[in-house]
Amino acid sequence: MGIAIADLSVGQEIGSATVEVTRQDLVKYAGASGDFNPIHWNADFAQGVGLPGVIAHGMFTMGAAVQLVTDWVGDPTAVVDYQTRFTKPVIVEDTTAEGTPGAVIEVAGKIGAIDLDNSTVRVDLTVLSTGLKVLVKAQAVVHIW
Amino acid sequence: MTINPELQGRSYPAGAVYTVGREKIREFARAVKATHPSHYDVDAARDLGHRDLVAPPTFAIIVAQLADAQLISDPEAGIDFSRVVHADQRFIHHRAIVAGDELVAELHVDTVRAMGGGAMITTRAEISTTDGEKTATTTSSLLVRGEEQ
Repeated sequence: MGIAIADLSVGQEIGSATVEVTRQDLVKYAGASGDFNPIHWNADFAQGVGLPGVIAHGMFTMGAAVQLVTDWVGDPTAVVDYQTRFTKPVIVEDTTAEGTPGAVIEVAGKIGAIDLDNSTVRVDLTVLSTGLKVLVKAQAVVHIW
Repeated sequence: MTINPELQGRSYPAGAVYTVGREKIREFARAVKATHPSHYDVDAARDLGHRDLVAPPTFAIIVAQLADAQLISDPEAGIDFSRVVHADQRFIHHRAIVAGDELVAELHVDTVRAMGGGAMITTRAEISTTDGEKTATTTSSLLVRGEEQ
């Protein structure tokens, strides 16, 4: 994997990524996860419960955002602890006819803490859509072998 | 509908066994745009020392939400699912989840806190194999919005 904990420092950036999201992605996530709440695929239903429109599953965003960490460390099972708070919804426009993204999620990560005793590093993620923080306190603790 | 404050401290025993399938791992990985080969290719997973395909870091939500469903559908709980908003989520992995695992989840209602006309409920699913090996602890906070929220 090539990451040595001794070479890392708090505040160091691990990179950034862009996740493009379509309504079809939400349907796929609904099927894969078993979460069929209609707020994630039916605009009338979403608006009926006071949302601005169809929103991504918070768990879709959480699941997609951690890919940056997996890419950096090289092994998805190195992520031993991963948490977030869901603050703002990711509103996904219906762009089925256009074939363009219905939303864009921007992910960036930096090292928030280093624990030499346990050989772990905490990566703090910044996750934005339309410039707003959609995840807050998104933290992945990664085991560095 | 009001949330039953006596829910706090309640546990739901492990329900049906969840068998982790290779195709489900692949499907879930594609759905969260996870690209690591260990989610798709058994040889790549074995090269990393795993018995079979590796589940992505948030895969355990499937098992956790099946466990949460026991609480949400419990008529004594008083939870209107259409008013539930996911507020926060945590996964602690004791070991990797891999294809072939037979998992069970014991659900604990850790806290119930009144908020406005609604409530914040924090649940914890202790996920283990049917052999009793601990695999993951997931914690979910669910905001149940009151009628005026």
